[in-house]
Amino acid sequence: MIIKNIIIPLICGVIFGIGLVIAGMTNPAKVMGFLNLFGNWDPSLIFVMGGAIFVSMPAFLIIGKKMSTPIFNKKEGFSQQLKKDIDSPLIIGSTMFGIGWALVGFCPGPAIAALTVVDGNVFMFFIAMSIGMLLKRKF
Amino acid sequence: MNIVNFTPVESLTGGIIIGLAVAMLYLLRGNYTGISGIYSNVIAVKGSGFVWGLFFIIGLIIGPVILSFLSYNDLGFTMPTTNPVLIILGGLLVGYGTQLGSGCTSGHGVCGISRLSIRSIIGTCIFVGAGVITVFVLQSIGWVSL
Repeated sequence: MIIKNIIIPLICGVIFGIGLVIAGMTNPAKVMGFLNLFGNWDPSLIFVMGGAIFVSMPAFLIIGKKMSTPIFNKKEGFSQQLKKDIDSPLIIGSTMFGIGWALVGFCPGPAIAALTVVDGNVFMFFIAMSIGMLLKRKF
Repeated sequence: MNIVNFTPVESLTGGIIIGLAVAMLYLLRGNYTGISGIYSNVIAVKGSGFVWGLFFIIGLIIGPVILSFLSYNDLGFTMPTTNPVLIILGGLLVGYGTQLGSGCTSGHGVCGISRLSIRSIIGTCIFVGAGVITVFVLQSIGWVSL
C-alpha cells in the first residue's frame, strides 16, 4: 500500500515536475509565446508534447500488449477510458480551458509546479483554478 | 509569423522526462497522468483518488525544488498577464473547463493522443485553437504584449 499509494505517485510526480520545468512549461511567457501563432511565435511546446508522446505512446502500446495488470496495482488494474464520444461538454469545456490557458499561460500541472516560484500572481491563479474545479465537481 | 525564443533541446528533453513519468505511472500503478483529474480528486477529497493523488501533487511541487537545489538554470519565469481580473478569470476557466471537458494538456494532450483517442485529439485541437485565438485577441486589443 505504501509503495502503491505513496512512493510510486511521489516519484512520478517529482519526475513530471522536473520535466515541466526543464521543458519551460512553468514559464507562462513561453506558453503564451507558443499560442502567439500569428505574432512572435515560440514553437517549443510542440517539442514538449512531441517528446512526451514519443515516450508514452510506445510505452502504452507495449505495456497494453505484454501485461494484464500494472506491477503494483493488480486489484484495480489499468484505468479504462471512460468516455469516447465527442459531446458538447468536451467542446465547451475544452474551449473554456483554452481561453483560460491563453489568458495567463498556465495549465493545471505547471500552475501547481510553479507554486515553488512563490509569487502572488501564481498563487492567485492556483486558488481561482481550484475554485473553478470545485464549482464543477460539487455543484 | 516570426519565430522567437525557440528552445528545442530543453523542451524536447523536458518532454521526454514528462513522457517517462507518464509511462512509469501507467506501468506501475495503471493510471493515466491527467493532472486536472488527479488534482481535482485531491481537492474534492474523492475516496479512491485522494491519497495517491495527494502524493503525486506533492511530488509535482518537490520536483522543481530539487531542480533549484541543483542550481539548474531554467528557462525563466515571466507572467505577461498581471491584471488580477484576467488572472482570476483565467484560473476559473482553466479549473471549470478542464473538469467539464474532462482533461487538460497532460490528460488529453499527452495521454489521450498517445492512446490515439479521437476524443482527446479533438479536445486538444479545440483548446489549442481557442488559446491561439485568445492570444491573438489579447494582442490585438493591447492587453498583453508578447
